[in-house]
Order: sequence, then structure tokens, then C-alpha cells
Amino acid sequence: MAAAAGPVIRGRGLGKTFHRKTGETVQALDEVSFEVAAGSLTALVGPDGGGKTTLIRLVAGLMGLDRGELTVLGVDVGADPQAVQDRIGYMPQKFGLYEDLTVQENLDLYADLHGVPAADRRRQYPQLMEMTALEPFTRRLAGQLSGGMKQKLGLACTLVRAPALLLLDEPTVGVDPLSRRELWDIIDALVRDQGLPVLLSTAYLDEAERCEHVVVLRQGKVLAQGPPAQVRALAAGRTFLTTPPAGQSAREALAGFLDDPAVIDASPDGGRIRIVRDGSPAPPSPGAAVLEPATARFEDGFMMLLQAAAQRGGGVPTPAAEPSPPPPAATASPERREPVVEVRDLVRRFGAFVAVDQISFDVRRGEIFGLLGPNGAGKTTTFRMLCGLLSASGGTLRVAGADLRRGAASARQKIGYVAQKFSLYGQLSVEENLDFFASAYGLHGERRRERIAWAMTQFELGPVAHQLGGQLAGGYTQRLAMAAALLHQPQILFLDEATSGADPLARREFWGRITDLARQGVTIIVTTHFMAEAEYCDRIAILDSGRVLAEGAPAEIRALGRTAANPEPTMEDAFIAVIEQARAGPAPRQAA
Amino acid sequence: MLASLRRILALIRKEILAVLKDPRTRNMMMIQPVLQCVLFGYAATLDLNNAPYAAFDRDRSAASSALLAKLDGSGVFHRIANLTRAADMAPLIDTRRALIVVQIDPNFQRNLSAGRDAPVQVIADGRNSNTAGSALGYVGAVVDSFNSDWRRDHGLPQPPVKVVPRAWYNANLETRWNLIPALVGTITMMSTMMLAALSVAREREEGTFDQLLVTPFTPVEIMAGKAIPAMLIGVVQATNALLVAQLWFRIPFAGSYVTLYVGLILFLLAAVGLGLFVSSIAATMQQAMLYAFVLMMPFSLLSGLTTPISSMPPLIQDFTLINPLRYAIDLVHRVYLEGAGLDRLIPDLWPMAIIAAANLTAAAWMFRNRLE
Repeated sequence: MAAAAGPVIRGRGLGKTFHRKTGETVQALDEVSFEVAAGSLTALVGPDGGGKTTLIRLVAGLMGLDRGELTVLGVDVGADPQAVQDRIGYMPQKFGLYEDLTVQENLDLYADLHGVPAADRRRQYPQLMEMTALEPFTRRLAGQLSGGMKQKLGLACTLVRAPALLLLDEPTVGVDPLSRRELWDIIDALVRDQGLPVLLSTAYLDEAERCEHVVVLRQGKVLAQGPPAQVRALAAGRTFLTTPPAGQSAREALAGFLDDPAVIDASPDGGRIRIVRDGSPAPPSPGAAVLEPATARFEDGFMMLLQAAAQRGGGVPTPAAEPSPPPPAATASPERREPVVEVRDLVRRFGAFVAVDQISFDVRRGEIFGLLGPNGAGKTTTFRMLCGLLSASGGTLRVAGADLRRGAASARQKIGYVAQKFSLYGQLSVEENLDFFASAYGLHGERRRERIAWAMTQFELGPVAHQLGGQLAGGYTQRLAMAAALLHQPQILFLDEATSGADPLARREFWGRITDLARQGVTIIVTTHFMAEAEYCDRIAILDSGRVLAEGAPAEIRALGRTAANPEPTMEDAFIAVIEQARAGPAPRQAA
Repeated sequence: MLASLRRILALIRKEILAVLKDPRTRNMMMIQPVLQCVLFGYAATLDLNNAPYAAFDRDRSAASSALLAKLDGSGVFHRIANLTRAADMAPLIDTRRALIVVQIDPNFQRNLSAGRDAPVQVIADGRNSNTAGSALGYVGAVVDSFNSDWRRDHGLPQPPVKVVPRAWYNANLETRWNLIPALVGTITMMSTMMLAALSVAREREEGTFDQLLVTPFTPVEIMAGKAIPAMLIGVVQATNALLVAQLWFRIPFAGSYVTLYVGLILFLLAAVGLGLFVSSIAATMQQAMLYAFVLMMPFSLLSGLTTPISSMPPLIQDFTLINPLRYAIDLVHRVYLEGAGLDRLIPDLWPMAIIAAANLTAAAWMFRNRLE
């Protein structure tokens, strides 16, 4: 075919408009032009609602184009989507695995659906199994696989017909760092060894850095495209590291830096603060902090792009932490040290399987505590026990002075809980959802109106007040879930992977809110797969196989990953090192 | 207490909103009972009208013509053929063109006049025993009437025993009068049970159940908040079915609405308990739906809706004693057609109360246990 040497995807002036039921029109894609070269790895990055999924669906021929030209593998997709679909592999965000079928049956089913002949299967299956390391689990039900394994199986099912182009929509959402690394090894191998062109979208900016070509999309427009180094270069010479003022944690000091209009982005980095500044000469920064130049990352350049786009107008204002009432408790008041969550030798068994194996930790008032660990480490089980959703098989736990499982229902008044999927009522509007949860927590009359009004302004839910919960965009769902969990002003807030699938901007906004809450004395317990987020925590615990492997401040944990080859490990490096060390270790299980 | 009540009210409001806001469930809930009543009212009738029959009159006398004329005039039968050969009878039955064939003996009139037995043979299609049975019954009635006329006209004494039938509460013995009030029970049981079962299963599937459990709701409050909206919708559906029965089919309502609704609420408590029990076992909506259907089948078969309980084998009759639908159908029939008051309904009310109490207790127990 003539197109073989040229780009596998070529889009010119692509446009796509959606019409909502409410009569609004949404410009999902606007004048988007891009190319994917043969045998290359291309990433789509950008905030939620930027048009990443729409673009991938257009390429897959699952949606009609409004404007522009789009050729995929030399075929005009609009004219003949089937011809394209016959040759590509597409893995949507929620890949359709059949949870009641085994791994092998799923694979067979997809091979049947794509009409893969038996001879090809005999050749493909061993390769796929070796690549995904799913061989030992072929008889396991797909529903019982961990998140990472499900994604690998989804990928295997997509690859079973040996596609000429692979489309992956956020393949690593909800996947722990270890599985994420394995998934990336597979993708790298596909591109490098088999020359398979891959187009993927991602919310992880470090993943974008591994691609040859990056397209940054925001509100349907291309902000930048090119090799990641090009985006990184934008922040060169503008990235600095600084130490927070004495007596303040990195997280607490962030707000001070973000108030400076010349600061584009500030995030905690191993106990210090990473700052991206615009070009203006540095004025004396708060607390006269010393700015030490640092190497720019893709993320830094990305934040500059977004900031510039927002300033050009027509954008969401950068979420700054809102001025909140002055913190009631000063940083080092003794009250702060009193533990509000106490866990001692907590055990949970499911039949013979020990999901949580004698873990102990304390969380003090106003602290942000992070539970990290690979899928299946026992994080969620621990979490559910803390919230009183699951009973413990052994050990003791006290949350706000009570065991929520056994104590009175009214004790639950003291906690707020945001579940992994931000579970809210899809059939009810935003307002009705808030109304219901307010009543559920016993708020009524004036106070209920007051709290709902607070939630509406604090989480900027006004514009979507009458939209159904099920039709909200990702970012709003998360905000609504947070709002619902905070209506009754709980002492402790539990957040289970609350930023899964959220874009970098939404995550910063989220952590701004969390910081505010902690300052007001709310204790926060989070689980997350974003290792960069662990930096916002006061303390973190890494769990694996139901046991606590390491516990401490982010900087202390990071130090655990330090090796001769890697003197400046990231949180992710440290996480992987801790887990691998424990798994290779001489069965420490009995020692406990 | 007040706080608990407020929470339950909030849950009820939420449940009803969720059902009413979705146009699909809303239509299903409101239109389905009306549709079912209309369908059952027209299609599911056991009454014979214009049933095709063939006459094989081998006598061709005045008497035989008079007998056939009576059959034709009954409105129940409609003559489709006059046969001349015995061999023609079988094909008509086999091809279902005739439900019965009436064969009159060549000596019919002579025997009658001589005061001897004059047999008339009736061949019926027994493949559908119900219809054949009622057709034979009608033929018997026509022949009785013929006998009586004959005796009168020929100055013979009337037979000593005579049946004078009077059907109370349903003078014309219309199936519709029996069936449609019974549907009030069947339809509401189905949807109340389904709604209760699905509402919990949906929350479980969508993950909102956990969210509910971390709020100060107690399991009993959640149960009450799930049961009451399902029952309310059941009451609305029952009302719809009653309206169709009265306004469309014009079946006269003899009793008191208060009595009927008191009985219905007791029945709905039993149904909702069953639904909540199902929901506590089912992990997904699909499972809940399946369980509800599997339960509903024996409940409606063994309720006396289509076949009389008194003709079931004794063991199965015993089983119907735990079927709330059995009592509900009896109750609706008695209030609707007979006008029975609460005092006379006690035999229906107390078993339903016991069943409701048992179901709700079991559901509450399962509910607590499943939360483990």
C-alpha cells in the first residue's frame, strides 16, 4: 500500500461538536491536525474534557466526523469505518472483559469475534501469554483479576488479531505503579520489536515523557505537539526547588507560593517544593526562600502550556486554594498530636486468604495519611474496615473514638467517605444528590440550606446543579462526591483513589482543597496510585500482601529507594524498590 | 427518633424521585398494570362464545331439528357443517375446525315418541380439556332445556329433581369478573417485589450502597426507606388496575375501599419483605431480577388465579397456605364482588400478617448478615 511509508494516521482540521440534551453545544474537537508516524508511540495528554477520548473514537471510526479529513492506515475513516476497524486494535477506558469467563475464555471469545483462524491462534496465544505473564492464570475468572491484570488481559484480547495500529484510551487508569510499569514494558516492546504504531491517551505525564510524539489537547484544541523534549524545554530555566519555611510542611507552604502571580505551578517534592515560574525576574519570595534551579520535567512544561492557554482567555481559571477561615489550630498545638485513628494488629481473612495481616498504625488529628500499595495489597480491605463496611477478623481499631462496625450508627456522623468510583445517584441531579446526603446526615432546616449552598460555591457546582449525576464529566463527579462527603463537616475524611483518572489540573485543585481541610483540623486518609500525590501526605504507609512494609514521611520513604545508581529516587522508584525488596526477601511473613 | 424518621423520609423521597425521573421506569410502573388488565380482560377468557360445531343429523326429523336449533340459538355454538357421513367427523376435529360434533341417532324421534331413551352422541376435542369440558357442559344444559320443553309439549310430567342455578356475585359467570380483580393482587405483588429487590441490588451494583452504609442510616432505616416507596408504588398500581376494572370493564365494586386498601397494605408488606429478602441474597440486578421471576412463577400458579386451589393435590394445597397471593386474591374477590367487610376477611388477614412478619424479619436478618 502506498501509505505504508507515510503516517498511519493523518488528521487535518478535525472538528466534532456534541449537542447536549439541555440544548448546549460542546465543541469537543476544534481544528485538530496531527499525525502518527509508522512504528511510533504517540500520546494524547490534556485535562479532562480536552477531547482525547473523542479523538481516539474518531480514529477508531466509532463516531462520525463533523469537519476535516482523517485517514487511518490509508483509508478515509469517515467513508469506510469498517475497513479501518478490521485492521486496528482498540482498547477503550472500560474494556469489555466478561467477568464471569476465565482468562482463556475471554481470549477465545475475542479471537472468535475477530474471526482469527486456529493456526494464527496457536501462534499468537503463547506470545501473548508470555508478554502479559498471564499464563499461570488462564483458568481464573476475569472478574477475580486485579486491576493491572485486567488491563493486561484487555490488551491481550485487543492484540489477539495482530492489528496494524493500536489505540489505547487511558490504559493505566486505576493500575498500581508495579502493574503500570509492566504494562509499559509491553507497550514499549510492541512498538520497538514489532514496529506496531500506538496512539494512547494518558493522565500520567511521566508516561507522556516516554513517547516519541505528544499531542497536548485542551478544550478540543491542540496546544502543542512534538517530541516531549519540546514541551519540557518550555520550562527549562524556570523550574526551581526550595525548602519550606521552618515549622511548615511542604504541603502547607504551597499555598503561599501559589499566591504569587509569577508562580505557575508549585508541588511538593520529597519534603521540598518544586516551583515553576514565568519569565519575570524573581521578586523576594515569601519567607525569602532560596530558589535552587532544578531540571525541568514534561509536567512543568505542560503546566506552563495550560497556564498560558488559560490566560489567553476562554478557560477555566486556575484553581487557587480559596481563602479559607483562619486555621483554628496552629501547626504544633498539642491537640494535633492526639490520634484519631488507631489500628492495632488488624487482621482480615476471607476464608483461608489473609487479606490484611496484623497491621498497626495511628493517624493524628489534622494529618494527611496515605495508604499506598499495589492492587490486592489490602488497602481497600483496610479502608473498608476503617469505615465500618467490613468487620475485622482480629485486632482492634478505633476511628474517632469508636469502632464504626460495632458502635452506634451515629458514630458514622463523624466520618466522610468518598468511594473509588465516586458512587452517587446517577438518576438524581447534583442538587438532589446533595439534598439526599444532607438529610442522610441529619441536616435540616436552615443549616441544611446553608451547607448545601456552601458545597455549591466551594466546589463550583452551581453551573451543573440541575444536571443528572450520571451525566457529569469526570471532574465534576469527583467534586460532587467530595461535596457530599463533607456536607456534615466530618472529623475524618476517607478518600479511596479519589483522583483516579483525574487530570493534573484537577489533581492540584483537589489537593488544594485537602490542604485547606487539614488546616482546619480534618484528618484525611487517602489511597492513591499516583506516587506524586503521596508527596502531599504528612505520612504514608506502603502495604503489600496485607502487611505494612514501610511507614514514614514522604522524604523518609523516598530515601528507602536510594541506590548508588539512583541517588535521587522518585517516590515511584522508592515504592517499587520497597515492594520488590519485600517480595524477594526471605519470607518475612512468618516473622510477623 | 425524629432524626431517624427524617432519614427514612429522605430515602423514600430519593427512591421515588429515582423511579419517577426515569421515563422508562415511570411508564412501566404506570402503564403496565393498565395494559395487563386490558390484555387479560380481552384475551384470557374461559367463556365459550361462538364455538364451532358440526351436526351429524341421521334422523332429520322435527325433533332433531328442534334440538339443533336450540344449540344454534344458545349463542355459545356456531354450526359450521352438516355432515352426511360418519367418516367426515374425524377430520373436522383433527383439523380443529370444530370443537364438538353432535351425532343424532336415526331413531331419535321414534324413540322419543315411544318414551324410550334417545341418545345423542357428542364428540369433543379433548386436547384442550378445559374448553371441551365447558362445551360439554353447555351441550348438557341445552339438552336439559330440550327435554323440559318436550315434556311440557307432550303433556309428560317434569322430572322430579330440577336444578335452578343462580350465580351470586357474578350472575353471568363471566371469567373477566373473576380474573381482573385478581390481577390487582398479581400485578402489585410482581412490581412491589421487583422494585424492592432491584433498588437495593442497583445500589450494590453501582457502589452507592457503601456510600449509604457509611452514613448514619441503620439497616432497619434503610429497609424501611426501601420498603415504603415500593409499597406506595404498589398501591398506585393497584388503584390503576381497579380503575380499569370499574371504568373500562364496568365490573361493579360491591365492597368498601378502606377494607380493600387495608388488606392490600398487609399483602404488600408480605410482598416487599420477599423483595428485600431477594435483594439481600442477590449481588447484581440481573440476579435479583431472576430470583424475583423464579419466585413469582409458583406464587401465581398456586394462587388460585387460573386454577382452583381445591382441585390441587393435597400436598400442593398445603403449600399454597404460605402464598400471600392466595389470600390477596381471595380478599380482593370477596371485597370487590361480594362486598365483605373486615370482620369476614379475618381468615385472609391473619395469614398475610404472619407471612409479612416472617418475610420482613427474615429480610432484616439477612440484611444485617449480608453487611458483613
